[in-house]
Amino acid sequence: MQLIRKFYYGDIPEDASGAAKAGPVQPASDWPLWEVFIRSKQGLEHKHVGSLHAADATMAIENARDVYTRRSEGISIWVVESHHIKTSAPEAAAELYEPAQDKIYRHPTFYDLPDEIKHM
Amino acid sequence: MEHHNLEQIFQDKIDQEIKIEPRDWMPDAYRKTNLRQISQHAHSEIVGMLPEGNWISRAPSLKRKAILLAKVQDEAGHGLYLYAAAETLGQSREQMIEDLHSGRAKYSSIFNYPTLTWADMGAIGWLVDGAAIMNQVMLTRTSYGPYARAMVRICKEESFHQRQGFEILLVLSKGSDAQKAMCQDAINRWWWPALMMFGPRDGESTNSDMSMKWKIKRKSNDELRQQFVDMIAEQVKLLNMTLPDEKLRWNENKKHYDFGEINWDEFWQVVKGNGPCNKERLAARKKAWEEGRWVREAASAYAAKQKQKQQAA
Repeated sequence: MQLIRKFYYGDIPEDASGAAKAGPVQPASDWPLWEVFIRSKQGLEHKHVGSLHAADATMAIENARDVYTRRSEGISIWVVESHHIKTSAPEAAAELYEPAQDKIYRHPTFYDLPDEIKHM
Repeated sequence: MEHHNLEQIFQDKIDQEIKIEPRDWMPDAYRKTNLRQISQHAHSEIVGMLPEGNWISRAPSLKRKAILLAKVQDEAGHGLYLYAAAETLGQSREQMIEDLHSGRAKYSSIFNYPTLTWADMGAIGWLVDGAAIMNQVMLTRTSYGPYARAMVRICKEESFHQRQGFEILLVLSKGSDAQKAMCQDAINRWWWPALMMFGPRDGESTNSDMSMKWKIKRKSNDELRQQFVDMIAEQVKLLNMTLPDEKLRWNENKKHYDFGEINWDEFWQVVKGNGPCNKERLAARKKAWEEGRWVREAASAYAAKQKQKQQAA
């Protein structure tokens, strides 16, 4: 079935753009990728805000300052090279998180108590 | 698991408005489409700095200079957010930059028009950023998580871009006759290219369209364009200026503005590289990249040396 094709803003298809073809480049000179965490104010935790490339940690912090705190979004920055971060596999979601789903007695709302009870 | 099953699980997530994250299974075409769109969007932010950069040193006051500098700096930041989002789909930053410089990758054609007067800074903020915001607001709800998150951040920062643009024009519109004429001239030159930013008419070509099914996009070009026309046709009245379209008038039945036909020949010419500034823009990008090479190399060398020192200590 042939449907009407809609183009979307900012999406110029390659076949219609008269684009030149180019081969792949070696990413050898890429600076490492860093994950950036920002503490927005004293008393709050550092929160992941995004990532950037930098040659070393000092540069990563300076770049993070320019990229992620232009409007006073932070008072403290953590950076860590992305390859140091280990993540759980999306396929493992069931075995990791399902065991918690049937344990509703872990929530305070599970317990049916009289309305008259105070301070609980 | 069967391939068919994976695709069904993927589509179910989309239908339930669950975001897709980098490590989730996704169809190849979904990855490719997102990669193309996000990188084009990133390139647009980066190339978009060029028409304005020219005016930083020519801004009429220190206040306007500081504002323009902040706006251009935001655009560099927005390019970085988007490149980072595109990288989560498995393409290196260097490859994307190479694709831009070789002409293989596209950026928004609007940046291939010249900025002739100071009023153009106003018209760009109001019309060009205004059109971009319509798209970006929609994209905060796109199905790919990293793209949606980048868009939320960008939208928060972008609204000042449009407001400062309108304010530039508002000041000019209350100025001398020459300033008023400059204001109208900028609007005249930027109006049609701004409408072209929304892309070709819906139904220009045949092919199955997955962007909507996959909720990468939620509105078509023509829908967004109409929304934009309705908005700007009202706002222009506050400037006591006009839009250069004789066919522009309110349609009471449709509850929308009718407007004239875009010059599609011009549109495709600019897309294909024959616009007024295509060559100049790419040349400026490549020059900046080449001239920055020694800085990148020096930073890498310095980092390597520091690492060595640390290991020796």
